Amino acid sequence: MTTLKEAPGGRASSSPLMGGEVEPTIFEFSHQSRRAGAIRNSRIEQVDPKDHLPIEYLRSEKVDLPEVSERDLVAHFVRLTHRQYAVDLGSYPLGSCTMKYNPKLADAIATNPNLSGVHPQTPASGAQGWIELCVELERYLTEITGMAAATLAPAAGAQGELTGLLIMKAYHNDRGNNKTTILIPDSAHGTNPASVTLAGYKVVTVPSDSRGLVDLEKLRGLVNDEVAGIMLTNPNTVGLFEKDIAEIAKAIHDVDGLLYYDGANLNAIVGVARPGDMGFDIVHSNLHKTFATPHGGGGPGSGPVAVVDRLTKFLPGPYPVVVDGVGSWTMPEKSIGRVHSFYGNAVVYARALAFMKALGAEGLKEMSEFAVLNANYLKSKIAQYYPAAYDETCMHEFVVTAAGLKKNYGVRALDVAKALLDRGYHAPTVYFPLIVEEALMIEPTETESKATLDTLAEILIEIAIEATKEDSSEALKHGPSRTPVSRVDEARAARVLVTTMDAKG
Amino acid sequence: MSSFTPHTPDEVKSMLEFMGLTSVEQLYDTIPTALQLRRALDLPEALSEVEVIEELGAYGKRNRSSSNDLICFAGGGSYDHDIATVTSTLGLRGEFVTAYTPYQPEVAQGVLQAIFEFQTMISRISGLAITNASLYDGGSALVEAINLACAKTRRGKVIISEAVNPNWRGVAATFAEGPEHEIITAAIDKEGRTIWPEADSKVAAYVVAYPNYLGFIEDISAVRKLASDSGALMIVAYDPIAISLLKSPGELGADIAIAEGQPLGIPLSYGGPYLGLFSVTMDLVRLLPGRLVGETVDTHDRTSYVTTLRAREQDIRREKASSNVCTNQTLMAVWAAIQMSWWGREGFYEVGRSSLSSRVYLEDRLLEEGLLDKKGGVPTFREFPVRLPKDASEVVEAMIGEGFLAGVALEGANSITNFDGSLLIALTEKRTKAQIDSFVKSLKEVAK
Repeated sequence: MTTLKEAPGGRASSSPLMGGEVEPTIFEFSHQSRRAGAIRNSRIEQVDPKDHLPIEYLRSEKVDLPEVSERDLVAHFVRLTHRQYAVDLGSYPLGSCTMKYNPKLADAIATNPNLSGVHPQTPASGAQGWIELCVELERYLTEITGMAAATLAPAAGAQGELTGLLIMKAYHNDRGNNKTTILIPDSAHGTNPASVTLAGYKVVTVPSDSRGLVDLEKLRGLVNDEVAGIMLTNPNTVGLFEKDIAEIAKAIHDVDGLLYYDGANLNAIVGVARPGDMGFDIVHSNLHKTFATPHGGGGPGSGPVAVVDRLTKFLPGPYPVVVDGVGSWTMPEKSIGRVHSFYGNAVVYARALAFMKALGAEGLKEMSEFAVLNANYLKSKIAQYYPAAYDETCMHEFVVTAAGLKKNYGVRALDVAKALLDRGYHAPTVYFPLIVEEALMIEPTETESKATLDTLAEILIEIAIEATKEDSSEALKHGPSRTPVSRVDEARAARVLVTTMDAKG
Repeated sequence: MSSFTPHTPDEVKSMLEFMGLTSVEQLYDTIPTALQLRRALDLPEALSEVEVIEELGAYGKRNRSSSNDLICFAGGGSYDHDIATVTSTLGLRGEFVTAYTPYQPEVAQGVLQAIFEFQTMISRISGLAITNASLYDGGSALVEAINLACAKTRRGKVIISEAVNPNWRGVAATFAEGPEHEIITAAIDKEGRTIWPEADSKVAAYVVAYPNYLGFIEDISAVRKLASDSGALMIVAYDPIAISLLKSPGELGADIAIAEGQPLGIPLSYGGPYLGLFSVTMDLVRLLPGRLVGETVDTHDRTSYVTTLRAREQDIRREKASSNVCTNQTLMAVWAAIQMSWWGREGFYEVGRSSLSSRVYLEDRLLEEGLLDKKGGVPTFREFPVRLPKDASEVVEAMIGEGFLAGVALEGANSITNFDGSLLIALTEKRTKAQIDSFVKSLKEVAK
């Protein structure tokens, strides 16, 4: 291991506030035999591990964890937070991620010891509150999606997809259907095809038409007896509502296929339209998107899967029920089995339910309406400089193209994204969906005010104008410059792989 | 309505006017009328913040929490450790809680560096060079390990010890249905040791738990030999706290080491969110599932961090990907990094030694009281099964009345060959002499 020079824990020079230097790692604050925390005195005589564990399995040296004071530990992690953008700092229009504000009241729920302190092996008799909470959340989700029942267990959207596809597979096996393929539009999230492969199906790609929607005629040409189902996001990834969904559903149902709804974009339509009414059979929701549970820097999420009545017997177990006021965990008749070590990301359920209760029926609808209003307003504001990939009323997000900026001035979508960072906004999603050249996918969400959107629009326009001028366009290609670090060398990270302190040369 | 959406009626009007519209409903004209709900959602009205906290609090009151109600002797994949105040205080900071996956590294150095530090700590515990940014939980880590092993060896058969957490085995069985992997369970003997089959060149991986679900420390070198003889990988499912005292999975020759990271500072949380730990040898890095953070430099040659080897991931490989994982449990990884730093080298050792000492003390007390008939079989670390005169589920229910979560009943879905009806008891550094003494007293009453 490398010998490290001790860094002064009280020095805040890595913070942008104090000078913007690199923050040392926690290991560099380490000093032999220093420590932060003391362990409880259990009043039990401490044994020598040699006397109670097999000698051949005893380690010779203690695990080399950092040796830091609590004071330096706190300072280090707080300085890291000063090097991190977050919804709590400002607008985060990252398309397809629904980075809305996460109300703080949910923190009070998440830290309630009567919820967070329950051991998952507690028998149902000691977990009645949790079971009832799960059942109430299920009721909200089934009403919102128009489905019969839901499993909450999948830990994220991707796990929800795979769970949904395994339900689909169990349905076909149960019916004796011999199905091998799943249809997916070319605009789909990459997770969809990956999930299909892991479910043991083959992907058949459905092309989009010039409207940015599923090409209905081509779809009909691809539907045959081997089709197990279709995975759709509606509104789709370019932010448009698939108007032909009823016809699509009929075509799929005619061959006894099932429709899977990827709930990534549910935030556009809560209280306005329901996947169940459109003909979908399986729907996953992302509690961390639509229902405002925080994204945690990339998890924990939660991806409940709701199904129509004829699929409830295939739901994963354990499945919570309350009968005559008594809650218990049950295994559905033809359950696909367990998908989580315990019951899923339970604390995330509590946060989501708190959010839904705070908004209520009307508030949930208003949430979607204002998400759509904000997206369309911003789209109109910048349309002259950033042409929309598809000129149609969008839902909660929209895709514009920087192809013109690239062709005429060499300024790419990525450069626009980095320029936004320099100006105090998080960047949109770039280069997705794949069907749009130099795509910028913008999802402002309903929690941003008109003033925030107006300023964002002004800045985007300013960037587009700068791109046209030789001096400033060069600067754009090298931005950002005001962030904690400038553009990072991604190729080097892959070439010289250093993923721990111990891999450093 | 609360202040969740900031729009005033004036603003809505002016925004609509800017677009030449008169009502919000017009924005939904692209949705065919027949598909619109056109009724209010059948859900309750909005509540104020305090009312929401009260309603959810009422659910809490109908639970028996191990934070302030039941003294916890249960493990089975989730352990009641003390959590430092700094872990929850720092771990609840909005910059960690409300960020997303670090797609823009220039403004995500905080999360990226915290994950880099987490990866380092978990690699030092697992003894393997490469650790990802985490997976959902222990069960999902097992699924990904199986998929990786099958992809690497191009084989489809996996042997799992019955003494691997039964819930995780359940998750593995569910997700094996997709790629149609064959999963075979190797039963355990009366002593709690796995009975492994002969070497088999069709096997992709052997999965052993260390210590195993019953707490026993099995012969890992025998599994290593079996895997090598079969040309298969060895997957070790470990308890991270045990590694404070025991050799790392890497030192024992694991190709993949997986764990439930919950004991590293994550609240019990009724089972989630938890933290799947996933480490591999350098040889397997290109098949690693999930996010991986690497060190690099920025244009001014400053040390920086970025997610790396992205070409492995689902959003790029699409249907060719061997994993569909996008997010992980980053926030929980940050919590664990803080807790591990707070423990430090000495504290981590002491947590392990204290857990072991309490196990030894409790076993001695149970022997004294005639609740345990022998000692000295296969060694255990902090968890062990006890066969009481009554079935464990009955004991667990009765002990709730005494203020204890007595353990995990090895019955039903948790049943293990030769240990059906036993009570699985776990210790942590949180259990005191006084608690253990009163636990034994109650157990003696309840179990007779």
